[in-house]
Amino acid sequence: MKLEIHKLNSYYGPAHILFDVDISVGTGEVVALLGRNGAGKSTTFRSIVGLVARREGRIVFDGEDITNRPTHEIVRRGLGYVPEDRRIFTELTVEENLMVGAQPARDGAPCWTPEKLYTLFPNLGEMRGRLGGRMSGGEQQMLTIARTLMGNPSLVLLDEPSEGLAPKIVEEMANAILAMKNEGLSIVLSEQNLHFARLISDRAYIIESGRIRFGGTIRELEESPEIRDAYLAV
Amino acid sequence: MEFFVVQFLTGLASAASLFLVASGLSIIFGVTRIVNFAHGAFYMLGAYVAYTLTERFEGFFGFWGGILLAALVVAAIGALLEIVLLRRIYRAPELFQLLATFGVTLMVQDLVVMIWGPEDLVGPRAPGLRGAVDILGLAVPTYDLFLIVLGPLVLGALWILFHRTRWGVLVRAATQDRDMVAALGVNQTWLFTSVFALGIFLAGLGGALQIPRNAVTHLMDLSIIVEVFVVVVIGGLGSVLGAFIAAVLVSELNAFGILVFPKISIVLVFLVMACVLIVRPWGLLGRPEGPARQPAGLSIRPWHPMSPNQRLLMLALVVVAGFVPLVAGNYVLTVLAEIAVFALFAASLHFLMTVGGLASFGHAAYFGLGAYGAAFATTMFGAPMVASLLLGPLLGVAGAILFGWFCVRLSGVYFAMLTLAFAQIAWSIAFQWVEVTGGDNGILGVWPASWASSPAAFYWLALAVSVAGIAALRVLVFSPFGYALRATRDSALRSEAIGIDRARVQWAAFIIAGTFAGIAGALFAFLKGSVFPDNLAIPMSVDGLVMVLLGGIETVSGAVVGAVVYKALAIWLVSQTDLSKLVLGAVIVLLVVAFPKGIVGFAEDLMARRRARTDDGGAALAAPAKAAPAAPGSGAAPIAAPKMEAAR
Repeated sequence: MKLEIHKLNSYYGPAHILFDVDISVGTGEVVALLGRNGAGKSTTFRSIVGLVARREGRIVFDGEDITNRPTHEIVRRGLGYVPEDRRIFTELTVEENLMVGAQPARDGAPCWTPEKLYTLFPNLGEMRGRLGGRMSGGEQQMLTIARTLMGNPSLVLLDEPSEGLAPKIVEEMANAILAMKNEGLSIVLSEQNLHFARLISDRAYIIESGRIRFGGTIRELEESPEIRDAYLAV
Repeated sequence: MEFFVVQFLTGLASAASLFLVASGLSIIFGVTRIVNFAHGAFYMLGAYVAYTLTERFEGFFGFWGGILLAALVVAAIGALLEIVLLRRIYRAPELFQLLATFGVTLMVQDLVVMIWGPEDLVGPRAPGLRGAVDILGLAVPTYDLFLIVLGPLVLGALWILFHRTRWGVLVRAATQDRDMVAALGVNQTWLFTSVFALGIFLAGLGGALQIPRNAVTHLMDLSIIVEVFVVVVIGGLGSVLGAFIAAVLVSELNAFGILVFPKISIVLVFLVMACVLIVRPWGLLGRPEGPARQPAGLSIRPWHPMSPNQRLLMLALVVVAGFVPLVAGNYVLTVLAEIAVFALFAASLHFLMTVGGLASFGHAAYFGLGAYGAAFATTMFGAPMVASLLLGPLLGVAGAILFGWFCVRLSGVYFAMLTLAFAQIAWSIAFQWVEVTGGDNGILGVWPASWASSPAAFYWLALAVSVAGIAALRVLVFSPFGYALRATRDSALRSEAIGIDRARVQWAAFIIAGTFAGIAGALFAFLKGSVFPDNLAIPMSVDGLVMVLLGGIETVSGAVVGAVVYKALAIWLVSQTDLSKLVLGAVIVLLVVAFPKGIVGFAEDLMARRRARTDDGGAALAAPAKAAPAAPGSGAAPIAAPKMEAAR
């Protein structure tokens, strides 16, 4: 297993947010974490990379327990994180944003250069000198993914990559994620949008109120409409 | 004409050092969000160390090597400070780091006198730059010309560092979003240390470069720190170019202000700063700050009004305090009266800072105005004491109404700086309007009425007024107004969206805080029998901040405890040791490290933990940290609903 999460519990101050979350991701797999707004998807990701102050359980990445490591160490082991709210450095140019993400190449992970990323996201190549704050939402979404890829991760957590994007851009995004998968990257993506997740994922988990309610293949999910209706329908 | 040119050049030369120090402060603030109060202390250390080194190693290389080495030594001390002290408290509430650096400043002030003695020291002149150059018939020191050239050179070097190196890009990224930088695999710890060291290097260099121009004194830290704050705020926090422009502006204002407006020379700079902040609230080249990214779940403990038992306990404490005159001597009673006055002052600032979320760096203005008001009423109009106590604070209220109207348009550090500017303006008026205020000599003969003239009687008076004031403030916290105020603190945007007039609510809070500070000031005038410009000077404002932070900024009434502890400690130390500042500074630093939530915040944590243990994990809702339900999944559904925003 590439990433194993065992009985993860997370808290914000006195509030208990995640309850015994179990997730596992195989090497080269694309796994979707589905759930409604506020179900705990982002908190799961933030807990994995150590951005939540208090968490319990075991998180094993590439065979090593990373539960209590500081964020930058977790990321440097090859676990990339793309936040939902993008968090582009608006005062930095596209090139500089990529520079912040840069980490040395590692074995067992695709190696990215700015040039290679400009082929993956052609829009970015045309605006290398533009400030992050002067880009559209879709362009920022591409930049935030490219920035994380500059760290040459072997697994990426993508938090709602399709959120707020125009349909045409969503399609481009799906293609980019498939291209990343073809490079050998393991991917966990959180989504509210089942259609988008179906296009690219191998397996899926459903989270609701901080608990995992379903885990299985996309096909199994498609064959159980009652689960979809219970946890995903709006 | 020639004279003006020379004056202009002198201003430019002064700007160089000011720019170095200010850019250092600006860079440190940008990344670490620390308002480094100790920046002036490092500037002073730079000058002292450079003095020692250049005395020791003479000649061209001795001098320039000494200057550079001094800056490096000071930077190393700064890095050490960051590693040993500041790293422990980055996650503490905002401004807490300010308290820590204030403690360091106090320590450095005494240490410098211990090591180098109290006398002013005159350093060597710069080899190779000793003479003067003839410009338009007037002699301009060569060293001044060197400094004029140096400023832009340093500016250019910093620009290259920040735009052409990966380190610089990381620093700029961290200035905007440091958590995201960590989430990209950058070790913030060392980034922060290196940024802090660079900032302190610039401060040390600024100080070291001063020695051929000015004598080295143990007061130079305070004289520069305020000016540096002004420069950084005018220029825009985090902007190096802004710091440069503002340093030139401020230095030229100083150089020409004394010629053109000698009467208001001191206040001129602050007037300009106030104008800049009103027109461009984030400084000339700064950028409007987004709403602060709250570290979710840092400390969420809902405030509650006191339980009946707690009220009884408070009542009992007040009664005990009331009986103190039966056992205590006159000196102790006078000290206790002073502590009572400061408890009210601190509580008023605490109301603004904690409930309103508006950290004022100039709260002494309203305290001092209240004191002057009482003094005017007594000495000019011969009002009896009670009337003066009622009328005096009105001057503080007037000041708060006027200044507050401008201040509440800003928030965060800019708010703090504008309050500082207004306090300095009030101070300069008290200092320079000699005909009315007596200037530096103050106003004497503000004695209490005969019934209150005994130390015991005055103590009772101070205790009664202070307790009533603190109780009133506490009632306000849990009033509808208090809730509205807390809403504006937690989210200005959302509170406005539900129909709260943010500016008006905050303005009202400002006036309330100013009123109670004014009452404390009026009492203080009668306690001391006199008023001086010191009553509204910066050290008084800083004292208030220290008391609030020491008590605990996230508590309802921590300021009272902070005031009692800080004031008692300060008065006691002065009577016990010549090195009171060193000890007091060290105590503050230790308290900061031991109690990052303040004394009361620490006590509340402790009690909550104990309560959680006795309740056996059942009441997970009220308990913090360790009290989460032991058996997962059992009972205690998460109180997620109201917190969802933060949780996501």
